[in-house]
Amino acid sequence: MTTPVLEARQLIKRFGGLVATDNLSMTVNPGELHAVIGPNGAGKTTLIGQLTGAIRPDGGDIFLHGRRITHMPTFRRSRLGLARSFQITSVFSEMTVLENVALAVQAHSGHSFRFWKPALRDPALREAAEQALDFIGLAPRRDEQVGNLSHGEQRQLEMAMALATKPRILLLDEPMAGMSQEETARMVAILGPLKKSVPILLIEHDMDAVFALADRISVLVYGRIIASGSPDAIRINPEVKAAYLGDDDA
Amino acid sequence: MSMNRATAANMVLIALLLALPPLAGLMDGEFYIILVSRALILAIAAVSLNFILGFGGMVSFGQAAFIGIGAYVVGAGTMHAFEDGIEWLGNGYTQLALTVLFSAVAATVIGAISLRTKGVYFIMITLAFGQMLYFVAVGLEIYGGDDGLSLYQRSEMPGLPDLSDDRVLYYFSLGVLLLFLYLSHRVLHSRFGKVLTGCRLNEQRMAALGFPTYRYRLVAFVIAGVMTGIAGFLLANQTDFISPAMMHWTRSGDLIIMIVLGGIGTVFGPVYGALAFLLLEEFLSGIPVTIAGYRIGEYWQLIFGPVLILIILYARGGIYGFLQPRSNGK
Repeated sequence: MTTPVLEARQLIKRFGGLVATDNLSMTVNPGELHAVIGPNGAGKTTLIGQLTGAIRPDGGDIFLHGRRITHMPTFRRSRLGLARSFQITSVFSEMTVLENVALAVQAHSGHSFRFWKPALRDPALREAAEQALDFIGLAPRRDEQVGNLSHGEQRQLEMAMALATKPRILLLDEPMAGMSQEETARMVAILGPLKKSVPILLIEHDMDAVFALADRISVLVYGRIIASGSPDAIRINPEVKAAYLGDDDA
Repeated sequence: MSMNRATAANMVLIALLLALPPLAGLMDGEFYIILVSRALILAIAAVSLNFILGFGGMVSFGQAAFIGIGAYVVGAGTMHAFEDGIEWLGNGYTQLALTVLFSAVAATVIGAISLRTKGVYFIMITLAFGQMLYFVAVGLEIYGGDDGLSLYQRSEMPGLPDLSDDRVLYYFSLGVLLLFLYLSHRVLHSRFGKVLTGCRLNEQRMAALGFPTYRYRLVAFVIAGVMTGIAGFLLANQTDFISPAMMHWTRSGDLIIMIVLGGIGTVFGPVYGALAFLLLEEFLSGIPVTIAGYRIGEYWQLIFGPVLILIILYARGGIYGFLQPRSNGK
């Protein structure tokens, strides 16, 4: 076995009496897309929060490439290649599309105590940003104010920003939420090949997308993983059916 | 860059400011030189505060403390130069260097602690630090305590025209203001400026992108503190007097009002705000109308308040908002 890219070990997080993460252990391995599904309130976003450093766990450990990062601040995890997208679109509203992505590139191209030269005229930032926009299919909209983008386009932008940081692992918090079918299809087409170079932890409600993309699926209920396995195994798991998938989809 | 309305207005404003002293001289209006000097200096402070408040979203409510630091360096410096014969303390360059040093140290300490808090807490803690320095000044009996101290003379700056000439001080202040405006403009569009803007818009996102946001915000806070300190250096020279009142929290509030009035987050907005603030104050307090035995001018704030409210309600971008349509960004 190779070392997992990202590993959570017996993670615990309580909010008052509520146990949001209950002794949770999981891994994301190289080349893999690991999807986490679960009903609302299962603790999916809390999990992402702990993995990225926004939320401090009460117990357990997190490892990135075998290195313990449990108490490392968010920006340092990002420096080590951990990138995330947000469930609620989280882009810089008063900036253009290109400015948003350029800022993401800037975060990983040395320090920003540079006070004089206009950032947007720096070819190093511009070219990398344009490349990321090309990849995600937003290049024609690069000079648009972010506020004028459709919801789906903003989600794409979010992804382009995550990719522009040259991540070694991606944590995606419901990237398809609110997307049209067409946009979802495009996102699936992007993520499919991407996972080979950048392993992905995907949290998503769109079951078609999850089953199309995932190599492994974990089912989170009340902060605990009740089942983990290949899409086929999860599909027929009776416990999962009862707890989450129900009779309608899957 | 096309010449839009705002740029044109800025050019006209700069031309007017450059032409004011000779024009005022023609019609015996020395008074206007002094009034506008004061406006220019407060504009410098407002531009400095806008650097963190407008660009970086840090509502510092104790910024007047830095005005106080600069002013007390000048006041204390000239006093020791005259009374104790420590002549180098009367030298303007030394005083400027000390202003920069003390402002930077104070801003580092205040910022390092305050920036660990957010929102209302940040406002309250900067206010608390500001008032703390205010009471330190009140307690400094050697410099007149509550009453303050009159300057023996203005800062001596060998090689430059004599600052005790009001016109010289006027142009010196204008020069500093233009320099700070240019610096703000450059920094706003630099990598550092982008980080500062990003922190205002969404700090959590900035951290997730990999920026150590605290560090950048602290450096911005120190830069703004030093710039405001230099405004204090000028203000002491302009009024020939220092007192704790210069650093009272209401002065910090005035600076925030100037920024909001002029156009928050724009490079030039605070200049319009400071000018409008002081001219309104001067004009309104001079209204000679008397109603039922009360001279309206004495209660000028009664009119100033509603004017402020109207501008804030109907001109979201402040005065600068009139000049530049909002949707096209900066």
